[in-house]
Amino acid sequence: MPKRIEIPLGPQHPALKEPENFTLYLEGERVAASNVTLGYNHRGMEKACEMRSYIQCLYLIERTCGICSHSHTTAFITASEEVAQVEIPKRAKYIRVLIGELERIHSHLLWVGVAGHEIGFDSLFMYSWRDREVVMDILAMLTGGRVQYSINTFGGVRRDVTPAQKEQVLKAVDILEERTKYYIDIALTETTMMGRLKHVGGLTHEIAMKYHASGPLARASGVTRDVRKDDPYLVYDELDFNVITNDGCDVFSRVVVRALELMESYKIIRQVLKNMPDGDLTVKVARKVPANEATVRYEAPRGEDIHYVRGNGTEKPERVKLRAPTLANLASITYMLDGGYLADVPIVIAAIDPCFSCTDRAINVKQIDNGREGTLDWNKLREYSIEWYKQRGFDAHKIKFSI
Amino acid sequence: MLWSLFYIFIFPGIFFLSTYGLILEYLDRKLYARFQNRVGPPWFQPLADFVKLMGKEGIIPTHADKGMFKVLPAFAMAAVSVVILYVPMWSTNALYAFDGDLIVILYLLTIPTLTFFLAGWYSTSLYATIGAVRTITQLFAYEVPLFMSLLAPAILANTWSLSGVVEFYSNNPWLALANIPGFIVAVIAVQGKLERAPFDIPDAETEIVAGPFTEYSGRFLAIFRMAIDFELIVTSSIIAAVFIPLWSTNLWLGIPIYIAKTIFIIFIMALMRALMARIRIEQMVNFCWKFLAPLAILQILIDIIIKVLV
Repeated sequence: MPKRIEIPLGPQHPALKEPENFTLYLEGERVAASNVTLGYNHRGMEKACEMRSYIQCLYLIERTCGICSHSHTTAFITASEEVAQVEIPKRAKYIRVLIGELERIHSHLLWVGVAGHEIGFDSLFMYSWRDREVVMDILAMLTGGRVQYSINTFGGVRRDVTPAQKEQVLKAVDILEERTKYYIDIALTETTMMGRLKHVGGLTHEIAMKYHASGPLARASGVTRDVRKDDPYLVYDELDFNVITNDGCDVFSRVVVRALELMESYKIIRQVLKNMPDGDLTVKVARKVPANEATVRYEAPRGEDIHYVRGNGTEKPERVKLRAPTLANLASITYMLDGGYLADVPIVIAAIDPCFSCTDRAINVKQIDNGREGTLDWNKLREYSIEWYKQRGFDAHKIKFSI
Repeated sequence: MLWSLFYIFIFPGIFFLSTYGLILEYLDRKLYARFQNRVGPPWFQPLADFVKLMGKEGIIPTHADKGMFKVLPAFAMAAVSVVILYVPMWSTNALYAFDGDLIVILYLLTIPTLTFFLAGWYSTSLYATIGAVRTITQLFAYEVPLFMSLLAPAILANTWSLSGVVEFYSNNPWLALANIPGFIVAVIAVQGKLERAPFDIPDAETEIVAGPFTEYSGRFLAIFRMAIDFELIVTSSIIAAVFIPLWSTNLWLGIPIYIAKTIFIIFIMALMRALMARIRIEQMVNFCWKFLAPLAILQILIDIIIKVLV
């Protein structure tokens, strides 16, 4: 048996855009085993939400993710509105869907670029990010922000879509559709790209079901799972679109699923702009939200985003819970990495379109001596670290420190 | 004595190599950027990079072999610089030539790759070690097709001297058409030698950070990068000399022709870099032995058959 070497991929590594640790055990170029460690970027958002009013929470939740900011706010605000028992105007729902789909386009185009970069195909990266500018400019025109749109507000949306803006969005969608067809053509014909993506990072249908994969990852393993169809929110039940699935179960089929989903998004945007009814943008919402709870599922570009909100009769939520799609997809990563090549690790990780900062959680510490779950206090933690370093030949006892 | 100093320091020595190397690096980067719809760097960017790296602190890892770590960049640079003495540039004659210098050139060209391997190995970092092993694996894949493709024209020319090969093809330019498969093999294999996409496997940025150079910084890295620029000149000059039979005995006509030939080869290499994704090491080895090596053997057969017929 060849000698195993352990190499760390992250928390700081060029393949990762956010801090996360993957420990790989290599036998030659093959990955024999792997391990994922979370918790480098926990920001305590859920706790912070409990100290803020619903409107303030909205702006905080928006900063959960830099790519799917609209997904998180929409999921959160829909849950909050359900708690407050508010029905928002139809036009506001349409605008939320419009921004949501533009965001999906922006996210998927970004992903195509990142995937290209991970397999050393920088030209694809540059081209797709250039085209992403089109949709980002459209988003900036509609909402005022390229990354944080802040279009949602409690009880509706902040801004209207004028007929002139509709024209521009349609024009941009035409350009993007043509470019997407070009990328699909590249993906299906470029031999080096096919060689790098086919039969890599396999995730069978059974395993995808077992590990609760969601979003494009699951759909590329033949799982027909899309919240927009399964549990329609906003106005998705009035729109005509298909759930894209593929039975390839490898990274290549994930590319195909995302590319075809882009085409579906263009279709949805055209319908939304055509069917958008006239009417108000917001309804009035009382500041104090009744004691109630709600869970909302939302199909973010990366998969299923779940938000839970519980009100307690005040203007601040009692509990907010986020489940970012990456958390659902992380479970299957080790399965996909094992047995593959080291060279495929970056693209396999990138293929779930990870967003580690959104998904990071705190760790529940289990005390080794008495098995009691809970947190270590400062002095215990200090003792533990001194012991840990002592075992490795470094005595920290001489260092004076007090708190 | 004075002439030797001139050869070493001015032309075709350090001054020419570094100037033209930076120019070629600039052209490569600019073309690559334009292919990718980017603006690309300004003309002085490679020089600025070099000066910046020279000015930075060179950090040597605690566990690395200090002597080897410091000496290897210079070693790589020296090996490539020697090659240029045997490569004919504007005329059909190199500065120094003897029967068998083609073999010496190929041997000297292998040395930088070996120093990359040793550099990675002596860095004792995980990423550098993996990069080093990949460098040497890749060497076994592209080296044989590259050698065969460069030696095949020499078989037809009936000499083992590069200057002799050049002279033969300048007298019989039409015979160079027979070497087109060899040209294709050589240009592709050189991508592997220079570790550029699709064969940039040893320093695959997203997998193993910077491969063998992960631990290098400051002037050591600057010298390594300069050595790679030298390699760019040397390999493109050799390919131009062997496969493109365009020459002039006039110095003022010969130099523009030489520049045009090397830039043409840089153009092809930049295009390849822009068009392809990085492949895996086992795909690379497969490709080299299944496609490049048979093509190179075919080239040798063609040359032998022509030699028998002519």
